[in-house]
Amino acid sequence: MADPLVLVDGVTKSFGREVVTEVLHGIDLELHAGEFTALVGPSGSGKSTLLNLLGLLDRPTSGRIVLGGRDTTGLDEGERTALRGRSLGFVFQFHHLLPAFTALENVMMPMLAARGREEPGMREKAFALLEEIGLADRASYGASKLSGGQQQRVAVARALVLDPPLVLADEPTGNLDTESGAQVFELLRRVSERHQTAFLVVTHDERIAARCDRVLTMVDGRVLSDERRTPA
Amino acid sequence: MPFEVLVALRFLREGRTQTLLILSGIGVGVGVIVFLSALISGLQASLIERTLGTQAHVVVRAPEDVVRPVTRPSSERAVAARLEQPAQRLRSIVAWPQTLELLRTLPGVRAAAPTAEGPAVAQRGLATRSISLRGVEPASFRLIIDMAPRMTDGEFQVDAAHAVLGVELAADLGLRRGDKVRIEAQGARSEVFVVAGLFDVGNKDLNERWVFVPLRSAQTLLDLSGGVSTIELKVDEIFSADRVASAVASRTGLEAESWMERNRQLLVGLRSQSASSWLIQLFVVIAVALGIASVLVVSVVQKSREIGILKAMGTRTAQVVRVFLVQGAVLGMVGSALGILLGSGLALFFARLATNPDGSPTFPVALTPSLFLGAAAVATLTGLVSAVAPAERAASLDPADVIRHG
Ligand SMILES: Nc1ncnc2c1ncn2[C@@H]1O[C@H](COP(=O)(O)OP(=O)(O)O)[C@@H](O)[C@H]1O
Ligand SMILES: [Mg+2]
Repeated sequence: MADPLVLVDGVTKSFGREVVTEVLHGIDLELHAGEFTALVGPSGSGKSTLLNLLGLLDRPTSGRIVLGGRDTTGLDEGERTALRGRSLGFVFQFHHLLPAFTALENVMMPMLAARGREEPGMREKAFALLEEIGLADRASYGASKLSGGQQQRVAVARALVLDPPLVLADEPTGNLDTESGAQVFELLRRVSERHQTAFLVVTHDERIAARCDRVLTMVDGRVLSDERRTPA
Repeated sequence: MPFEVLVALRFLREGRTQTLLILSGIGVGVGVIVFLSALISGLQASLIERTLGTQAHVVVRAPEDVVRPVTRPSSERAVAARLEQPAQRLRSIVAWPQTLELLRTLPGVRAAAPTAEGPAVAQRGLATRSISLRGVEPASFRLIIDMAPRMTDGEFQVDAAHAVLGVELAADLGLRRGDKVRIEAQGARSEVFVVAGLFDVGNKDLNERWVFVPLRSAQTLLDLSGGVSTIELKVDEIFSADRVASAVASRTGLEAESWMERNRQLLVGLRSQSASSWLIQLFVVIAVALGIASVLVVSVVQKSREIGILKAMGTRTAQVVRVFLVQGAVLGMVGSALGILLGSGLALFFARLATNPDGSPTFPVALTPSLFLGAAAVATLTGLVSAVAPAERAASLDPADVIRHG
């Protein structure tokens, strides 16, 4: 098998200074290019903590995370930010969009941050993604004028705009009604296939998990099971 | 548009109410600065102008005779320490034509005029007044003090047997243009002049005392036998008069006194006025800075969610810092534009409010481009500096924290 996209090697994570609580107790994991993986488990089992570590938003207490062949342990904050911008997209549960910007500008934002200013082609690329998620007609709407499901779809487009090999999504449908949730999930599957993007999606929804290539189950800071299924 | 500027402007627009409030605050602060500076520099300029309207920048005269005891005191012999000043006698400048030429070539000197000045008495019929006789050459003196615009009657015509005097003296002696006046100096020398014109220099005392006559006449009357008592200078830059005066003194060995020395009191007054104005402005700047900083600190807290998102999307810490610095600078810049309008409006209104009889404003204001540029620069810099602490707070926000707690 080819080099894994992400290698998690003996990662632990503790919080607190005086009272130290270990939340992750030695996680070993590989994620592969293009794979669509669900991460399930009871609340408080450490899913978000693991996602933040993979997203380079936080550092493991011990162990290492190798992203695209590069060990991230020794990187300084600037290098981590740069690597994050290049290799990772995020979709969060609540924190959707920047309300001061339009839908189109929100999608462009990672490109603007990476290049420092608008360059030719950025607008077109962002617009194409909005078309892909079916929101081209909302391009110039202020982000706060969109419904929850629409905002989450725009967030998906934004996560994809720099063509990251991996998108991390923490309960992307958790805050939506069943129908919009299903729509967003369909969208994730579709774009994953079309862009050959790996997804790691935290979810509580059994039906969603059932439709993923692979399901990781966490309990109490450990990966309890890792099931791979061939899509029917 | 750079990414940071785009985000900064959107953040400011998003917090519209706060932005407008702090802009008004900055506007008022800068307005006060502009108004105060314009008023004070206007007043000071007009005070100095009034003072220098009737004074040479530097007056050069022969040095005082140094009075020394004939015998030196020693342990055996005490010497009376009180020395009698010799009777005041007009001293003339040795070889004045050469000195005049030399002075004219000194750097910083714009013009030089020889004058013969001394006390005298003006007499008409039985009425007499003691006066200050000023013998001048009209051509050179015009470059030191231009009397032409101050003439209320006749002309500043000071040539053979013509004299020009002030309106108050003329009234005291009942003189009019064309009348004759007798000028008598020490030693009963006297000469009769025809009044060629009357002046008003805006100073009652000078209007009562000054009598201009030709240099030659004054030399004769004052017993200077062709000499001059003083050489008056005009310098290029008025506040360099001190330096020019000491250069003159060291080059010629003559005594040179600048207008700044003569008007020490005025300058001390002006300086303390400037100092208190600076102090007020400093406090205004501090208040503006605190206002900007507090608004931005609040905005960092309000926008921590957005900042977290920006960071998670790969926005670098330095970029986040710049977003807030730009906000501070923009607030300062736009606020200063408002303040300049406000301050100038206020200053102009104030200047129109009260005018002197001659139509000039009682409160002259100096609204100069450099004042505007200075105010804008100070406000922008203040905005930038005030934004440093909020920007660092924003930069230190941990995106994981923000995302966890929403
Ligand atoms: N910053 C933190 N400080 C202290 N404890 C934390 C912090 N983040 C998470 N935890 C704890 O770690 C555990 C796992 O949290 P989390 O990863 O959010 O679980 P999940 O996402 O699976 O619900 C919880 O007990 C939570 O209280
Ligand atoms: Mg969670």
